[in-house]
Amino acid sequence: MWLQMVEEPQPELHLTNPQPTLPRLELPVRARLTLVTRVRRWGSGAQADSIFRSLMLLGALSLVGVIGLIVFELIYNCRPSLAKFGWRFFITNSWDPVAGDFGALAFVYGTLLSSLVALVIAIPLGIAVAVFINEICPRSLRKPLSFAIELLAAIPSVIFGLWAIFMLAPVLRSHLEPFLANYFGWTGLFSGPAYGIGMLAAGIILAIMIVPIICSISREVMLTVPQQQREAVLALGATQWEMIRIGVLRNARAGILGAITLGLGRALGETMAVTMVIGNSPDIVKSLFAPGYTMASVIANELNEAMTSLHRSALIEIGLALFMVTLVVNAFARLLVWTAKRGMSARVHA
Amino acid sequence: MLKRCVSGVSLYRRSMNYAAMSLAAFSAVLVLAPLFAILIYLLIKGAGAVNWAFLTQIPKPVGETGGGMANAIWGSGEILAIASLIGVPLGIAGGIHLAEYGRHRFADAIRFMADVLNGIPSIVIGVAIYGLVVVTQRHFSALAGGIALGVMMIPTVLRATEEMLLMVPQSIREAALGLGISQWRTTIFVTLRTATSGVITGIMLAFARVAGETAPLLFTAFGNQFWNFKINQPTAALPLQIYTYAISPYDGWHRQAWAGAMVLIVLIIGTMSTVRFVASRGMSKGLA
Amino acid sequence: MGVNIDVCDLRAWFGPAEVLHGVSMHVRSNAVTAIIGPSGCGKSTFIRCLNRMHETVPTARVQGSVNIGGFNAYNGIPAVDVRRRVGMVFQKPNPFPTMSIYDNVAAGLKLNGFHRRRDLDEVVERSLRMAALWDEVKDVLKNKSGASLSGGQQQRLCIARALAVQPEVLLMDEPASALDPISTAKIEDLIYQLKERFTVVIVTHNMQQAARVADSTAFFLMGDLIEYDKTEKVFTAPADRRTEDYITGRFG
Repeated sequence: MWLQMVEEPQPELHLTNPQPTLPRLELPVRARLTLVTRVRRWGSGAQADSIFRSLMLLGALSLVGVIGLIVFELIYNCRPSLAKFGWRFFITNSWDPVAGDFGALAFVYGTLLSSLVALVIAIPLGIAVAVFINEICPRSLRKPLSFAIELLAAIPSVIFGLWAIFMLAPVLRSHLEPFLANYFGWTGLFSGPAYGIGMLAAGIILAIMIVPIICSISREVMLTVPQQQREAVLALGATQWEMIRIGVLRNARAGILGAITLGLGRALGETMAVTMVIGNSPDIVKSLFAPGYTMASVIANELNEAMTSLHRSALIEIGLALFMVTLVVNAFARLLVWTAKRGMSARVHA
Repeated sequence: MLKRCVSGVSLYRRSMNYAAMSLAAFSAVLVLAPLFAILIYLLIKGAGAVNWAFLTQIPKPVGETGGGMANAIWGSGEILAIASLIGVPLGIAGGIHLAEYGRHRFADAIRFMADVLNGIPSIVIGVAIYGLVVVTQRHFSALAGGIALGVMMIPTVLRATEEMLLMVPQSIREAALGLGISQWRTTIFVTLRTATSGVITGIMLAFARVAGETAPLLFTAFGNQFWNFKINQPTAALPLQIYTYAISPYDGWHRQAWAGAMVLIVLIIGTMSTVRFVASRGMSKGLA
Repeated sequence: MGVNIDVCDLRAWFGPAEVLHGVSMHVRSNAVTAIIGPSGCGKSTFIRCLNRMHETVPTARVQGSVNIGGFNAYNGIPAVDVRRRVGMVFQKPNPFPTMSIYDNVAAGLKLNGFHRRRDLDEVVERSLRMAALWDEVKDVLKNKSGASLSGGQQQRLCIARALAVQPEVLLMDEPASALDPISTAKIEDLIYQLKERFTVVIVTHNMQQAARVADSTAFFLMGDLIEYDKTEKVFTAPADRRTEDYITGRFG
C-alpha cells in the first residue's frame, strides 16, 4: 500500500539552453589512436608508483643516514683520546698540545659560563619582548616587530662577532665594565683588568643571538593559550599585567621553559661570534672580565693546526661531547614545547 | 586587546601594572637596539668600502692597499650551489614522503630526526664532514664545504615541503587521480605544483641560513687567497674571509671585512624580504 | 559513445565496517542513472567503486565485480586505465588552482603523455563547448587561473576537464549541490545532453533533480540497493515501502 502522489504535478523537463546538436567531440583518427596507445606508456603502472615511493623513502632515510654517519665519524675519530684519557677528560683542567696532555675542563667551564650569562640576560628580555609583541603592543606594530626579530635571528654569527669586536668590546671596556666593577665588584665577578674582550662580551653577544629564539617560541606557545583563559582572569578584575601573568604566562610555563631550553641549546653550540670575543685563553677564572675559552671555540681555532692525531682526537672528543649535550638539551626542549602546545586546551590553572 | 577599567584597583597593583608594561616596552627597545646598531654600523663602515674593485679583485698581499673579495664571493656561490644540489632534492624527497606516504609511526621518527639534524651545532657538522671527506681525500675542497652546508639545508627544506604539501586539499589529488593520472605524476605535477610557491619559500629560507655559516667551512673549504674554480681544491668563501680579516691586526683588512659583511647581509636580508613578500601574496593565490 | 556497466555483488569496506552489502545492477549506456538515498547510505561509495577511487583510502576494500563495457575493472587492470575511461566530477568544484583554464582542461591529456599542440587546442575547445563554457572563457583561456571563475563556471570547467580525456562513462557525485539554482539548471541541461554520448551516473540527494534528468533511478538505503527502475516508476509507483517513505519525505 502506498500513497498516491497525484497531488504533485510531474516535474517538467526544462531546458534553459537547448542546443540542436552537440559539438563533435571525436578527435581525428590519428590523434585518437595516439591517445589510446599512449596510455600504455611507461610510468602508468603500479610499478612506477612503487619505484617513486621508494625513491621518496630514500630521501627521507638519507636524513637518518646522515646523522648516523656524523655520529659514527665523531666516535671513530676520537678513539685515541678516549683511550688515553677516558671520561676524566672532561673534568681535568690541562691543555698542553706540546706535551700531549689534554683535559677539557676549562672549555666545559667556558661553555657553561658563557651560556649561563647569556641565559641570565636573554630569558627576561626574550619573554618580555614576546609578551610585548603578543599582548601589549598595538596591532599595527606586530608585523614589523616580528619581522625585526626574524632579521635579528637571520644575521650570521660572524657578523655578530665582527660587530662585537669593533663596537661592543670598546663600549664594554670604556663604559660598562668600569661601571660594573665600581658597583658590583664586591661579588668577585667583575674584577681584573677590563679588556672589553672576555667572558662578559661573549655572554652578551650570545644573549643577543638567542633572544630571537626564546622570543619566537614563547610567542608560539603563548598564542596557543585559549582566549577564555585571558578572559576568565580579566573577569575577576585583574589588571592587564596580572592577566598576562596569571592567564597566559602561567599556562604557558612548560612551553616557555622549552623555548628557554632551545635557546640554551643554541648557545652551547654557537661558535664564531663567541670565538671572536672570548679571548681564547683556557683558564678557569671567576671574573667575567677575564678571557675564557669554549668547547666550540677551541675546535674552531685548533683543529686545522693540530699536529698530532692525539690532539685532533681530543678536539673531536670535545665535538662529540658538544653533539651529545645539544642532542639531549634540544630533545628535552622539543618535548616540552610539543606537550605544552598539545595539552593547552585541556589545562586550566586557577 | 581587552583593557579593563582599573579605577577600583589598589595603587600597588596599578603601579605594578604600569611598571610591567613599561619594562616590556623597554625590553623591546633594548632587544632591537643591537639590530639597528649592527645594520647602521655595517652601512657606515661597509658602504664606503664596497666598490667595483672590491667586487672584482682578489685579496692583495698584506701591506698593499686595495684588492677585494671577488674570489670569496665566487667561492661562496660555488659552495652554495653544491649545497643546494644536495639539500634541495633530498629535502623535497623526504618532505614528499612524509606528506604523501607518511601515515606510520616511522614517519614521526623521521620528523624527530629532522629536528635533531637541525639542532646539531654547525661546527660539529663541519668536524664530521672533515673526517668523512677532507681526511679521505687528503685535501680541503669546495665539495666538502658544499656537502656540509647541504646537509644543514635538508631539515629546513624537508619540513617546509611537508607542511606545504599537507596544505594542498585532498580534493585536488582526487581530481587528478580521477582523470586517470598515475599516483606519482599526481604528486609531482599536481600536488607539488600547487604547493610550489611555499616550497620555494622554504628553500630560500634554508639558503639564507646556510649562506652565512662560517664554522662548517673552517675545516672543509678552508679558504683561499686566490681564484679557484675547481671544486676539489680549497676555496674562499665570503663568511670565511670576513672572519679571517676581522681577527687580523690590519686596518685595511678590517675595512674589507666590513665590506664583505655588508655584501653578505644584503644577500641574506634580500632573500628574507623576498620570501616574506612572496609568501604573503603567493599563498592566497595558489591555494584559493 | 557510452557503454553499459554491469555491477555484480559489489561489497565495500572502510576498515572493518561494511558499507556496501552486495549491490548488483545493470547501468544502461547512453542514459542517465540517478542514485538517491539518505546520507550515509553508500551512494558515494558506490560510484567511487565504479572508477576505483574507493581504494585510494588506506583502509578501503572492495569485493565483487564491476564490468564496464565488457572489461572487468578490477581484474588486474591498472586503476589508471579504468579511471581514464570513467570520468568523475565531484561535489565541490576542484579545478587545479595554479593552472590556467586551458591547462586545467588539458591536464588529463598532458599528464598522460598527449602533447600535440594542435590536437590539444582542438580537444580543449571541444570539451569546453560540450560543457557550455567555451563562450564565457574563450578569450581568457591562458590568462585566468582555474580558481578565479565563479562556482558554477568552476564546476563546468571540471566537467570539461573530465570530458577532455574522452571517457565512456561520466560519474557525478552531487555535482550541483554546492551551486546556486541558475548554475544548477545549466548543469542539469548539460547532463541531459551528455547522455547522448556518455553513460552518466549521478548521485543526488535532490529528488526533483533526479526526476528531472534521470532515465533510471536507484534507491540505496544503508548499503543496500532497495529499488532500481525507470525514474517515472520509482517516483510514482515505487515497489518497496522504504522507497515510498523516502520519496514522500518520511525520513532522510
